[in-house]
Amino acid sequence: MSKANLKPPQVAAAGNKERGGAGMRLGGLLRKEFLQIVRDPSSIAIAFVMPIFLLVLFGYGVSLDADHVPVAVVAAAPSQDSADFLAVLQGSHYFAARPMASMPAAEQALRQGEVSGIVRLRSDFSRQMRQAGGAPIQVVVDGVDANTARLVEGYVDGAWSTWLAAQAARRGGTLQMPVDLQPRIWFNGELKSRNYLVPGLVAIIMTLIGALLTALVMAREWERGTMEALMVTPASMSEVLLGKLAAYFALGTGGMLLSVGLAAWLFDVPLRGSFWILWGCSSLFLLAALGMGLTISTLARSQFVAGQIAIIATFLPAFLLSGFIFDIGSMPPVVQFITHLVVARYFVAIVQTLFLAGNVWAVILPNALALAVMAAIFLGITWRKSRKRLD
Amino acid sequence: MPAGAVLEACGLGKSFQVGKRVVTALGGVDLQVRPGAVTGLIGPDGAGKTTFMRLAAGLLVPDAGSIHVLGLDSTHDALAVQAALGYMPQRFGLYEDLTVQENLDLYADLQGVPRAARGARYAELMHMTGLAAFTRRLAGRLSGGMKQKLGLACTLVRAPRLLLLDEPTVGVDPVSRRELWAIVDRLVQNEGMSVLLATAYLDEAERCAEVILLHDGRILDQGSPAAMSARMAGRTWAAAQRGTRQRELQAQLDGRPGIVDALVQGEHVRLITTAAAPPQGLAGEPDIVVRALPPRFEDAFVDLLRGGRDRQMHRVDMSGGTRDAGGDARDPVIRVAGAKRRFGDFWAVAGVDFEIRRGEVFGLLGANGAGKTTTFRMLCGLLPASAGHLDVAGVDLRRAASKARARIGYMSQKFSLYGNLSVAQNLDFFASAYGLDGPQRRQRIEWALAEFALGAAGDQLSGDLPLGYKQRLAMACALMHRPEILFLDEPTSGVDPIARREFWQRINALARQGVTVMVTTHFMEEAEYCDRLAIMAAGRILALDEPAALKAAARSAEQPEPTLEDAFIRLIEAAAVAEAA
Repeated sequence: MSKANLKPPQVAAAGNKERGGAGMRLGGLLRKEFLQIVRDPSSIAIAFVMPIFLLVLFGYGVSLDADHVPVAVVAAAPSQDSADFLAVLQGSHYFAARPMASMPAAEQALRQGEVSGIVRLRSDFSRQMRQAGGAPIQVVVDGVDANTARLVEGYVDGAWSTWLAAQAARRGGTLQMPVDLQPRIWFNGELKSRNYLVPGLVAIIMTLIGALLTALVMAREWERGTMEALMVTPASMSEVLLGKLAAYFALGTGGMLLSVGLAAWLFDVPLRGSFWILWGCSSLFLLAALGMGLTISTLARSQFVAGQIAIIATFLPAFLLSGFIFDIGSMPPVVQFITHLVVARYFVAIVQTLFLAGNVWAVILPNALALAVMAAIFLGITWRKSRKRLD
Repeated sequence: MPAGAVLEACGLGKSFQVGKRVVTALGGVDLQVRPGAVTGLIGPDGAGKTTFMRLAAGLLVPDAGSIHVLGLDSTHDALAVQAALGYMPQRFGLYEDLTVQENLDLYADLQGVPRAARGARYAELMHMTGLAAFTRRLAGRLSGGMKQKLGLACTLVRAPRLLLLDEPTVGVDPVSRRELWAIVDRLVQNEGMSVLLATAYLDEAERCAEVILLHDGRILDQGSPAAMSARMAGRTWAAAQRGTRQRELQAQLDGRPGIVDALVQGEHVRLITTAAAPPQGLAGEPDIVVRALPPRFEDAFVDLLRGGRDRQMHRVDMSGGTRDAGGDARDPVIRVAGAKRRFGDFWAVAGVDFEIRRGEVFGLLGANGAGKTTTFRMLCGLLPASAGHLDVAGVDLRRAASKARARIGYMSQKFSLYGNLSVAQNLDFFASAYGLDGPQRRQRIEWALAEFALGAAGDQLSGDLPLGYKQRLAMACALMHRPEILFLDEPTSGVDPIARREFWQRINALARQGVTVMVTTHFMEEAEYCDRLAIMAAGRILALDEPAALKAAARSAEQPEPTLEDAFIRLIEAAAVAEAA
C-alpha cells in the first residue's frame, strides 16, 4: 500500500496536496536536537566546560617533567670546585638546589619531603677530581615518586658529566671517556609532557561527547517517554538515529576544534602534521565513539545505567589503556592485548603522531583503518539492534 | 475485517517475562472498534490495556493472533500503521526543554504536515486546548493537565482517522479531565474521528459510546455502557439505617446471602443483589430503609467480576491491627492550627486548620500542587512547619516528632517496599525498623501474613508481585507496630474495583477499632467512603465537611443531584473567580 492511500480524508479536505517526506522529518529532528543541546546545561557542561577543564588541568596542572625539583647539596668541605658545581645545578631549570651544611640536616629535609634528593660532595672532592679516575659524588633520591626519582637521578648525572667536561676543557684537556654518548631527542625535543598529554586529550574529550553524552541523551528519551512518542510517528528508527548522530557529531567536532585550538594557541603544542588529516581521523573516531554511545543506549534505557556503562566501557579505557598517559609498550602482555579493543588507542596514536611527528603514513593508515572498522562495527550493531519495538 | 471497523484484533495474545514469572498480558483477545465513536478500553492496572495499545501501534509483536488497524497489519506493516493513526502514550513524550510551539513544530515535521497548512491547524488546536496564551512557554513549566492537553495537540497535529489514547486522564485534576473529554467529544462529532481510549476510571466508561471490559488480559464484556448498566436494572439499592454509621452498616451487609456487593456511598450503602428483588432478610431489621437506585456502570463491572454471585467471603476483621488506644472516642487525635509551609517564596501550604477525631476516616482532596502532600509530610513529622501548630496523637510535632512517628503508620503511593526482598523479609525488616523483636516480631509477621492473605506469597520477591498484593503488603508493613493513626497517600490508584473494595474493608475494620485514618486521593469515588473531607487548592482548605453536605452545598437549579466531582469543580472554580476578582 502506498503512502498516498493512507492519507485521511480530513487532511486532503484541508487542501494539503502532499505529505512532507524524510527531509522534513529529519529537519525537525535536527532542530529539536540542537534546541535541546543549547538549553540543556548538562550537554553544555560535557561538551564545552569539561574539555576546557581537562585541557587546563592537563596543560597546566599535570606535568610528568622535572622542573625546579628541590635538591639539597651538601658539600662537606666547601671549595671553589664545589661552589662551581652548585652554580651549575642552580643554573639549571630542572633543579632548585639548596646548599645544606651537613648530611643529617639534608636527610631530615628529605624525610620531611622538603627536597626530592641529596647531592653529596665529600671533603676530598677537589683533590680526587684532579686525579685519574675522578671524584665520586653521592646522589640520594626520594623513591616514593618513582617517576621524579628517576628524573632526578638522570638529570644530576647529566649535569655532572656536562660540568666535568667543562672543567676538563677549561684546563686545556679533554676528559677521557670510553664512549661519548650524545643523545638527541626527536619529536618532543624539550621533553615536555604537555606536548603529548594535550593532543591525547582530544581523544578523551571526544569519547565524553560521543559515547557518554550520547548514551545519556538516548536513555533520557526512553526515561521520559519521548522515544515511544517518536516511534509512533512516521519517522523511521534510522531517521531518529541519524538525527542524534548528526547533532552529536557536530557537537563532537566542536569539542575537537576547541581542544586543538587551545592546544595550538594556549599551550603552544606544535601541530607538525596536516590539520585536515587530523580532522578526517577525528571524524572517524567520533563515528566510532557515537556508535559506542548508541550501542550502549540499545542496552540501557535508564540514564543511571547508561552512564555507568559508558564510563566503564569507554571513558576509563580511553583514559588508562589508550596510551594517553601510560605507555602501552610497558604494560603486561595481557593488558597490551586488551588495548587492541580500546577504540581510543588507535586515535591517540594518530593524534600524538600528527601533532609531534607529522604525517607519518605508516602510523596513520593502519590506525585510521582500525578506527573505520570499529566505527562500522558499532554503528552496524546500533542499526541492527534498534527497531521500532518496545520489547 | 467487517465493513467499517477501524481496528480489529483476532485471538491476540502477548506475554512478558517479569522476574521468574511469565505474565500473560493478553490472552486471546478478539475485538472490533467502531468508526466515528469513542470506544473505551476499561480495566484496572495490569489488565493489558497498554499492551493492547502498543500492539495496535505496532510497537510490540504479538505472540499469537493478529491485529489490524485501518485495514493494515500492525505487526507486518508497522510503519504504515504509525503513519496512519494517532497514538498518545500514557506518559506522552513532550520535550520539556522545548516550548509549546517547538513541540508542535517537531510533531508537525515528523507527521509531514505541509507548512502552508500549519497556521490554521495550530490555531485550531491551541484554541481547542486553551493553550494559545502559552505557546512560548517551555513544556516543562506547564501544569499536569496542560501537559496532557499539549500531548493531545501534538498527536492531533495531523488529524488521524483513528486516535489511540492510553489513560489520558491519569494524574490530571478533575477540571482538566473534563476539558480533555470535551476535546475528545468534539473530535468525534466535528471531525468524525474514531477514538479508542484506555482508562481505569469506571466513571469515564459512561462517556463512551461503547466499552470493552478488560480484566487479567481477557475481555469480560463488550457493548454500550447503557446496555450493560440496563442489565443491572432492579438489582441496585440504597440502604441506610438511622443512627448507624454507613461503614458499620456496610460491614453488616457485605457478604450476606443474596448480596453481590455493598459499598459505602455518601449517605447510604449501595447494594447489588443477585436477583432483581430488594435485598432479603433486611425487613426484620429495624430502621433499615431500602430504596431502589438507578444502576450505573461500575455495578455492571463488579457484578461481572464477581460472576453475579454472592460471596462466601473471607471476613476481614483486622483485630490486632492496633493496640487498645483508650481515651474517649470523641477526642481529637490530630489538631492542626494555622499550619503553613513555605518553599522559597512559594507558600505550598498557606494556613490550614482542622481537627480529626479518633476513629475517623478523613480525606484530603485536591489537584496536583494543592498542598496535600506537603500537609501530609508535616503531619508525619517529615517536614517541619514554617508556622502554626501541629499536634498528632497528643504530641506536639515541633517538640517530639520522632515520638509521634512511633504512633503513626504511613503508606505511600509508590509502595516503598524493597523489591528484591521477599514478602516475609520485607515484613521482618519493617518489624525490626519499628523496634519489634523476639516473639513479638514473629507474632506480628504471622498476623500480617494471615490477615492480608499473603501466606502463599511469603517467599516471593515483592517486586514480582501483582499490584494488588504489593498494596496489601505495603499496608501490612505500615501496620506492623500497631499504629493509632494511619496515613495513606493515594493508596488505591490503579488497582481494580474488587481490590479497592477489599482495601476499604480493611480500612473500615481498622476505623471501627479506633484507628484514625487520613487519606489523600483524587478518586472521587473513594472520597465518598470518608467520614469527612477537606478540599484543598493553592495551599488552603476550600471546604471541610461530610461528603453529603459538600454535595448538598453544590446543589443548584441546573444540577439538582450533583456528584462529589461536581461539588469539587464548583469549589475550585469559585476559588479561581475569587482570586481573579
